[in-house]
Amino acid sequence: MDTRPDRSVSLETLPRKQHGIVAAIDWARLAGPEARRLRELGFDEGVDVEVLHRATLGQGPIACRIGRMTVALRRAVAGAIRVSPTPAAAE
Amino acid sequence: MNAAPLVALVGNPNAGKSALFNALTGARQKVGNYPGVTVERKAGRLTLDDGRPVELVDLPGAYSLEPSSPDERVTRDVVTGTQDGERLPDALVVVVDAANLDNHLRFTLQLIALGLPVVVALNMVDLAERDGLKLDAAVLSRELGVPVIPTVAVRKRGLDALRAILTQTVVNGPIRLRKSDGSVQDDIVTLQRRARDIATAATLSETPVRRWTHMLDGVALHPIAGPVLLLAIMFLMFQAVFSWAQPFMDLIDGGFTALQAFITSELPDSLLRSLLVDGVIKGVGAVIVFLPQILILFLFILVLEASGYMVRAAFLMDRVMASVGLSGRAFIPLLSSFACAIPGIMATRTIDDEKDRLTTILIAPLMTCSARLPVYTLIIGAFIPNTQVLPFVGLQGLVMLGLYVMGIVGAFVAALVLRRTVTKGVSSGFMMEMPKYQWPQWRDVGIGLWSRAQIFLKRAGGIILVSTVILWVMLSFPKPPEGSRVSPVDYSAAGRIANGIAPVFAPIGFNRDIVLALIPAMAAREVAVAAIGTVYAIDDPDSNQGGKAMVENLRGRWTLPTALAFLMWFVFAPQCISTIAVTRRETNGWKWPAFMVGYLFAAAYIMAGITYWLAVFAGL
Repeated sequence: MDTRPDRSVSLETLPRKQHGIVAAIDWARLAGPEARRLRELGFDEGVDVEVLHRATLGQGPIACRIGRMTVALRRAVAGAIRVSPTPAAAE
Repeated sequence: MNAAPLVALVGNPNAGKSALFNALTGARQKVGNYPGVTVERKAGRLTLDDGRPVELVDLPGAYSLEPSSPDERVTRDVVTGTQDGERLPDALVVVVDAANLDNHLRFTLQLIALGLPVVVALNMVDLAERDGLKLDAAVLSRELGVPVIPTVAVRKRGLDALRAILTQTVVNGPIRLRKSDGSVQDDIVTLQRRARDIATAATLSETPVRRWTHMLDGVALHPIAGPVLLLAIMFLMFQAVFSWAQPFMDLIDGGFTALQAFITSELPDSLLRSLLVDGVIKGVGAVIVFLPQILILFLFILVLEASGYMVRAAFLMDRVMASVGLSGRAFIPLLSSFACAIPGIMATRTIDDEKDRLTTILIAPLMTCSARLPVYTLIIGAFIPNTQVLPFVGLQGLVMLGLYVMGIVGAFVAALVLRRTVTKGVSSGFMMEMPKYQWPQWRDVGIGLWSRAQIFLKRAGGIILVSTVILWVMLSFPKPPEGSRVSPVDYSAAGRIANGIAPVFAPIGFNRDIVLALIPAMAAREVAVAAIGTVYAIDDPDSNQGGKAMVENLRGRWTLPTALAFLMWFVFAPQCISTIAVTRRETNGWKWPAFMVGYLFAAAYIMAGITYWLAVFAGL
């Protein structure tokens, strides 16, 4: 997937502390209420996001920063969000 | 009553609405319910500058006018004037978190478009500044077309300005700096982009965000440190319930013992004295003693909620909850259920998914609520030797922990089974905003604790007093004839009823006294303790008073397997009418409460039976 020319990755696999710009959201993969809540929390193309924390080993949820807000998401949802890593990423 | 204008506080969750509400109205609040739905209606009185009163109502937090939970539906219906039992507000105070403008402004734009007079409270400006965010309220006001007042609800800053603007708004009608274009924009994305533009325009300077919160989250959400911290907090919480409360409990116990001694010495031996001493003081006193434990438990839960940690706990627990088909969101109501299942069940309203919510309601009574504490404490104190198993770990504490764990395991098994059978469906997701950490406002925590204490004391003075007195009457009459060898309890009406039902419970090792205690304990679990106290006080009037006598009596009359079976019964049995009532209200019908009562009684009977027979075979 990473061979795509836009070099976007899924939010699920975005490294911790790496900033990225939401490139696309696969709304069709999300259940109706889930998609709406995601929009309400401010997820939208062109928005800056960053993965802050991943829950305990295994398939726990992830916490990410969007705007000035921290939002917890399950990995399945994060998987539907494509992100273009920002070059000037904080290491 | 209709004379006072109605002003509604609206805003996103975590905007500090409730703090603003408390700051504006003080403790003068009325908590009620909207008719037909289970959403709490919090209203209070605010006095305007010209002395006129305004009714202020605190609406549930929402993200938009498109509701996804019963709470959010009420918010939408009130602001659009379609909510039963509520007038269309005369004005809205929209509360926004200054540090989270772009998100909160979207809902604000939706609310302004409704056309009601709006005043925006730009709340928590101090925290925003601490986070390096400088905002221009004037720009915001110009862009939105409504007055914007910077406030810090918890420090009471900006309240006078807010009150002044409200006075003008309510007196002169709406203040509009710019005419609304009137079109209701429903497209979230368009609104969001507009909100972001306004937020950017109003931002004077911005530095990276929420240093403190990020630092704390670095620990609280750490893959290893996070769960360890959660466990430590849980441990501290239960430790506090048992050790901090002790001095206060001794004090209350001493008070009741003194009162009892006073009445015994002042009144001649009569029916009245027996009613007061054996019925009222023994019964109600046995329950009120637990007020300190219950308040400490609520104190922890209120502080965890107010500080923002509770959502982190939900985050950490999501994986575990998902394994039984629930989400991390269910953790918050379940944790509250350790204090009491009633607020726990009401807290499930924040779960959007119907099936998720129903499952959480059905398993909430399995969390060991504080009403079980009196029962556990009494029986463990009487039957479990106070030996040290490990340094700092006593056998009594271990048994208590075991009972809590039993309830949790029971709840998980129940959830797993329910999610595969009666509440089958796709597991809903877990998506939650994680608020910034905040130092809890002791005033708000105090108000919360005070209302819990009131509810508890009302229960003790109401349902518990009434059922203990009824039990006393039924235990005292008819009196055995002079010189009869039959014990007064066996001869009484209640004793005869209990003897009649006893065969049903004999297979699981319950004696007559337990059956006697179980019947009134349906009113509230704590009554079991009061009931046992009353039974023995009447059966054995010569015993010395004080709490020690009850323990002696128990030891003489119950076997260890019976005591253990009794404890196990209390882990599972749905013994609290209020819980059943609140379940009926929350699920809109009798179907689910009936199901809940059925499955929990069956589980209680089976588990108590297994415990009894295992203990008997083990030779205990």
